Amino acid sequence: MELKIGYDDKNLALMKEVEEISGQPVMLCYQCGKCSSSCPMADDMDYLPNQVMKFIQIGATEKILEGNTPWICAECFNCTVECPKGIDIAAVMEALRLSILRKNIDVLRIESIAEEEIEDLPPIALVAAMRKLTG
Amino acid sequence: MKIPYFPGCTLKATAKSFEVSGIAVGKELGIEFVEMPRWNCCGTVYSLATDDLMHQLAPVRNLAVVESDMEENRVVSFCSMCYNTLRQANNLVINDPEKLKTINEFMDTEKDYRGGVEPLHLLQVLGEVGTKEMEKRVKKPLTGLKLVPYYGCTLVRPEDVSIDDPRDPSIMEEIMKAMGADIIDIEYKTECCGSYQTITNRDAVVERTRKIIESAREAGGDVIILSCPLCDFNLEDRQREVREKYHGFIEMPVLYFTQLMALAMGLEDKAGFEGNQIDPRPLLEERGLLEG
Repeated sequence: MELKIGYDDKNLALMKEVEEISGQPVMLCYQCGKCSSSCPMADDMDYLPNQVMKFIQIGATEKILEGNTPWICAECFNCTVECPKGIDIAAVMEALRLSILRKNIDVLRIESIAEEEIEDLPPIALVAAMRKLTG
Repeated sequence: MKIPYFPGCTLKATAKSFEVSGIAVGKELGIEFVEMPRWNCCGTVYSLATDDLMHQLAPVRNLAVVESDMEENRVVSFCSMCYNTLRQANNLVINDPEKLKTINEFMDTEKDYRGGVEPLHLLQVLGEVGTKEMEKRVKKPLTGLKLVPYYGCTLVRPEDVSIDDPRDPSIMEEIMKAMGADIIDIEYKTECCGSYQTITNRDAVVERTRKIIESAREAGGDVIILSCPLCDFNLEDRQREVREKYHGFIEMPVLYFTQLMALAMGLEDKAGFEGNQIDPRPLLEERGLLEG
């Protein structure tokens, strides 16, 4: 049986985009799972960070799009510090967010925040969420 | 010592007690925090995209103003997120002259930023004073009060901007020990509170808060101390939702570390306890640290 290791151009499109925006070598990920084990938000993610890394490598764009992982990430940099290959995984998550947000698709709808919530929320929460979750 | 001070968006709003107590504590220790002119919000979160200079303008412009208007080479933030954003943006432009040039060309009404300003966090500036000097200013030692330092993410990660050992920071512990307090270490001290997810994934943040507070409670802590207004909102205000969800959950006061420094230094009128969502005064009265 012939075993082919490699990727076609179609599958590489997402990885190219992510690598360009993040400046990170996604292909270096070898699935050790340290990012996922250190992620404080992992319990709420549809796919763990290491699974998302694999999805990018194989071009499983739809899997990533249907999952919530980049949108649950709170950019705490635990994964970045833990990665033994030195991949800034937080930056990879940012690139995934931007690949959506740059199509003018906002994940946070400002008008959906209730008035009474705005009364309570500190400016720092609103600014941060708008920066990370709107285009 | 005079040092430029960058307040940021929240120190003038919901974290007023942090600003007032921090400035008062600084004064007592011989540090004058001089608010920088013409400051703008730093953006609170650092942009991690390589092709997104637009989001680096806000932090870099603040540094340019400190350099040009104040002719100073340091600026201090009290807010952990401001510190992180200013520091990461500064590292970016210092290490990439091409990007700095592009930013300077865009900021055509500002003098060019030359990369000569070091962003610092309040804890670092207090650390320079030294604990021996601090001990001399203590009028009311926080004896018997068990404080749980919470650093969160942005003071210690990524590693190149960490103000202390990124895995086991102790700078807050050293300062508060000088105030006479007992320190309780918890494994969650550098774990994320959920940050801005408090808007879009509120339940996840409520769960984070429960874990962190319960861990502090189980370890025997009385009060969480921190230096980030967003951590404060998540760990303090969101406790109300934890209590509604989990019967038997006992609330724990959450304070900026400077509020308790002010108390220890006899500056309790600057501590701003009345503004806290979870009133720490009953506990402090019970411990004989405040008059009832």
